Amino acid sequence: MFDNSVTTREDIRDRGLRTEEMVLNMGPQHPSTHGVLRLELVLEGEIIRKVIPHIGYLHRCFEKHAENESYTQVIPYTDRMDYLASMNNNHGYALGIERLMGIEVPERVEYIRVIMAELQRIASHLVAIGTYGMDIGAFTPFLYCFRDREHILDIFEKTCGARLLYNYIWIGGVSHDVYPEFVKDVAEVVKILRPTIKELNDLLNYNKIFIDRTANVGVLPADVAINYGCTGPMLRGSGVNFDLRRDDPYSIYDRFEWEVRIGKGEAGTVGDCWDRHMVRVWEMEESCNIIEQALESFPEGDVHAAIPRRVRPPKGEIYVRVENPRGELGYYIISDGTGTPFRIKARAPGFSNLSVINEISQGHMVADIVAILGSIDIVLGEIDR
Amino acid sequence: MALEPKEIYEKLQAAFPDISVEFDEAVPCIIVEPMKWKTVALFLRDADDLKFDSLMCLSGVDNGDGNLVSVCHLDSLAHRHKLTVKCVVPADDPKVESVEQVWRTADWHEREAYDLIGIEYVGHRDLRRILMPYDWTGHPLCKDYEVPEFYNGIKVPY
Repeated sequence: MFDNSVTTREDIRDRGLRTEEMVLNMGPQHPSTHGVLRLELVLEGEIIRKVIPHIGYLHRCFEKHAENESYTQVIPYTDRMDYLASMNNNHGYALGIERLMGIEVPERVEYIRVIMAELQRIASHLVAIGTYGMDIGAFTPFLYCFRDREHILDIFEKTCGARLLYNYIWIGGVSHDVYPEFVKDVAEVVKILRPTIKELNDLLNYNKIFIDRTANVGVLPADVAINYGCTGPMLRGSGVNFDLRRDDPYSIYDRFEWEVRIGKGEAGTVGDCWDRHMVRVWEMEESCNIIEQALESFPEGDVHAAIPRRVRPPKGEIYVRVENPRGELGYYIISDGTGTPFRIKARAPGFSNLSVINEISQGHMVADIVAILGSIDIVLGEIDR
Repeated sequence: MALEPKEIYEKLQAAFPDISVEFDEAVPCIIVEPMKWKTVALFLRDADDLKFDSLMCLSGVDNGDGNLVSVCHLDSLAHRHKLTVKCVVPADDPKVESVEQVWRTADWHEREAYDLIGIEYVGHRDLRRILMPYDWTGHPLCKDYEVPEFYNGIKVPY
């Protein structure tokens, strides 16, 4: 940490200079805010005293829309919440309705879903890592990451036709069966990705300048993280060993062997920006492990067998949560027995993750807010919904 | 050790004889008196065998029958058990005690429930709108909500 004792306001006041706090608006149109977010920074010189986030610029009334559509029509809306992880959003929603209706999905569908969700996780983390580097001033890794993400998007495109918003995972199944060379293609992509991660380590993650910018910055202690509802790489970066895929298992994640990677403070303190960043890098490796195992036992079957003709869940409610690339995505679904949901509330991981920013950026410099915000990895689409 | 909602309910009944706590078998969930909720919440968070250290989700719901509900989904990372707690309030006087200082997650989630449903969280230190513009009128997720024709002189398209 830096020593700011010589520049306190009292010091300056003692020298007879007038001083006051300055309010600086960062955003809504600022490249490092990754969307439309306004941060109101209360500054003392260059030191941040308070951060007040203003969100809602991308509010598209997802929950209101959902109350006026049928259950299946809601799925495309979930795509558009976290648009970098549409597969995972679909997955959570479909799981919720399936549990409400008591639908058992075929083995093949479960495998496809897990492979898709993990590919999506890698794609999402690649964007997070690439843009984070760019926020801090490293442009090259960004291009490398997007190059590799392209392979994954190609697989998605070949499977369902879309590259960003898929509407792929349906209630009880998936929209299209995978194409014949799917297994071969995915195995190939995983083979391409593994060396990429090493390349990223050499290029960015263990770069001295990068470590200087991120280590010991924005330290988030574990108890604060839990109390603020931070989840995903945010929580694991703070050293909390918690992953919904293992601790509240859904789909078929309990069949695979993989590790929950947590931040250990290798470069600085546990829970700093570097730890959060590295958890994402490590998670890509783990996702590769899961995908490889899933490909080994990829079963045959009909992916449309369990899709219900009419989606009309019985009266009741459910809270279902899945591990998104950004953390815990929860759906609170209330059904009144009709064809449209009575209420759907989406608990977006980024929403809670962003709320901690005031806590972890006080005392840092203005330039560090970019590093901190990037390490939270926000997608405003899901925060504002 | 993980506890079932029913066992947690019995513990709460024993700990708070003068606070109205009900149990709904159907969900299952616990229904707490809205203005005593914070006391119960602190107990849920701090008692050694409960340890609900994380608030997963807080949602506002308009029941459509003149009642608003504030629903909390709690999770314990230590014991791995979950609990749903509801506070039911009449729509014409929707006051629920804020748990923003118990779980900081509730800060933004309560602001959201206030913004979209109109539940007033008593004791919240910064109860502003969060998703809608600060000068918006009405609470859009209420079942009887009508979209205003104009917002600041601009016609609202639909």
